[in-house]
Amino acid sequence: MNASIASGVVALLLAAMPAWPAAAAPTPAAAPARAAAPRPAALPGDSVLQLPGVFTDQSARRFSLRERRGQPQLVGMFYASCQSVCPLLLNSAAAMIRKLEPEERGRLRVLMVSLDPARDNAARLMQLALEHRLDLAQWTLASADGQLTRRLAAVLDIRYRQLAGGDFNHTAALTLLDADGRIVARTENIGATPDAEFLAALQRTLRTQ
Amino acid sequence: MRAVPTLRLVVLQLLLALAGFSAGADAAPSAAAAQPREYLRIPAGEFHSVLRYEDLPGNRQVAAFELMREPVTNAQFLAFIARHPQWRRDRVAPLYAERGLYLAHWRSATRLGKDALPDQPVTRVSWFAATAYCEARHARLPTWNEWEYVAAADATRRDARQDPAWRASILEWYSTNAHAPLGVVGSHEANVYGVQDLHGLIWEWTEDYAALLVSGDNRLQSDADRLKFCGAGALSVDDRDNYPMMMRVAMLASLRGANSISTLGFRCARDLP
Repeated sequence: MNASIASGVVALLLAAMPAWPAAAAPTPAAAPARAAAPRPAALPGDSVLQLPGVFTDQSARRFSLRERRGQPQLVGMFYASCQSVCPLLLNSAAAMIRKLEPEERGRLRVLMVSLDPARDNAARLMQLALEHRLDLAQWTLASADGQLTRRLAAVLDIRYRQLAGGDFNHTAALTLLDADGRIVARTENIGATPDAEFLAALQRTLRTQ
Repeated sequence: MRAVPTLRLVVLQLLLALAGFSAGADAAPSAAAAQPREYLRIPAGEFHSVLRYEDLPGNRQVAAFELMREPVTNAQFLAFIARHPQWRRDRVAPLYAERGLYLAHWRSATRLGKDALPDQPVTRVSWFAATAYCEARHARLPTWNEWEYVAAADATRRDARQDPAWRASILEWYSTNAHAPLGVVGSHEANVYGVQDLHGLIWEWTEDYAALLVSGDNRLQSDADRLKFCGAGALSVDDRDNYPMMMRVAMLASLRGANSISTLGFRCARDLP
C-alpha cells in the first residue's frame, strides 16, 4: 500500500468517525504493549492532541491534532474579524518567538484556531496570515466545526460567547504544549512584553525536547 | 395525548415537521401525561433572563426544544459506561475528567454501591463526560438560556420567579443540602412543562457553561485584564434578588470542563425532530 493510499484511508477513517462519544480510540491499556514495530506510543492521557476531529487550515488542508505530535507548539484561539485583542494575541506569540535563539525557534510551531468557524474559512485565514506576514512553515491558522471548537476551548480553558453583532467575547490565552501535547504553561498576559515566566517555560521545553 | 388515534397523530406530526412548525403557547405539554416520557417538549417563548448582556437588551428568545424530564441517573450512566468504557473512572483520560474525583462515590469502575443508588442523579461527572453521554443518545446538553427558561416555571406558571414563596422554597435547598445524601430523581413536583428536579436536587451542566463571563470573576480584575476580552459584551446580573439563579451562574462560571463535583450532574436536551 503506498503512502498516499494510506493517508487517504486515514483521512476517510477520520472523516467517518462519529465525532465524539463512542469514537475515542481504544484505550491505551488494550494496545499490545511493547510491540517491536516502530509504531508511536499512545498519547498520554492528559494530551490535548487526543481530542478527536478534523481541523482545516489556511491552505484548506484537513488535519487532526494527533498529526501535530512531535514538536512543542503554542496554541491560541482567536477570530479573523477581531479588531482589538486577537491581533495582540498573534503579535504576542510572534514577540515570544523573536526572543528565542534561532535553533530553538526552528523547533516551535504555532497553532491558532478560530472561534468563528462560520466565517473563518481557509481563504479568510490565509488572508490574515498574509496580512500578518506569518511564516506558514511555523504557523497554522485553522478552524473546525462548532462542537470541536467548543471542546478545544474547554481543554484550553478559554471562555467565549458570540455577541449579537457577530463579534466574540473571549479570554485570550496562549498555551504551550510539549511534543506529546501536554499543557506545560499558559498565559493570559498577552501584552507587547512577553510573559517572562511563560517564556522561560517555553525555552526550557524547546531545549529538552 | 392518551387516546388519540395513532395514525392521525403520526400524520399530523409529519405535517408539522414538514412545515417547520414551532409550537406556540397552546402546544404546552400536559403535565399529567399518563406515561412519563423521557423527553418533554418545551414550547418556544421569550423570558427575562437574570443575565444582562450589553449586546442583548430586552427579553431572551428561546426556540422550541425537548428537555429530559429528570436528570440522568447513576443507573443510566452506568449503562452508558458499559457501552463506552473509555468513560469508566479507571480509564477516562485525565484531559476529560479529574481522576480521583470523577465518579469517585461509585463502589468501583463498573458498580454503583451504596453511595450511588440507581435512581439518584449521577454526579461527579465532567462536562466532557456529560456531553459524550448526551451525544451517544443523539442529544446535547441544554444551553444556559434553555435551562433558565424552563427553570423559571413552577407547577402552574411559566414564570414564577417574582413569587416570594417560590423563591423561598428554592432557597431552602441551599441551606439544607450540604451534607445530606442526594434525593432520587423525580421526587420534586413537576413544573408546568412536566419537567422535574430543576431545583432542589443538584447543579446541572449546560452546553455553554464556558460562555458565562461574569464580571467579578478573576478575568476582570483590573483594566489591564479587560484586554483579555475581545470586544464588548460584558455580563452583569440583572436581578440581584434572584439569588438561586445567581448561585447557578457563579457556579457554572467558575468551572472547567474536566471538573467532577459531588453535587453537579446533568440532563440532556435535543432540537425538535
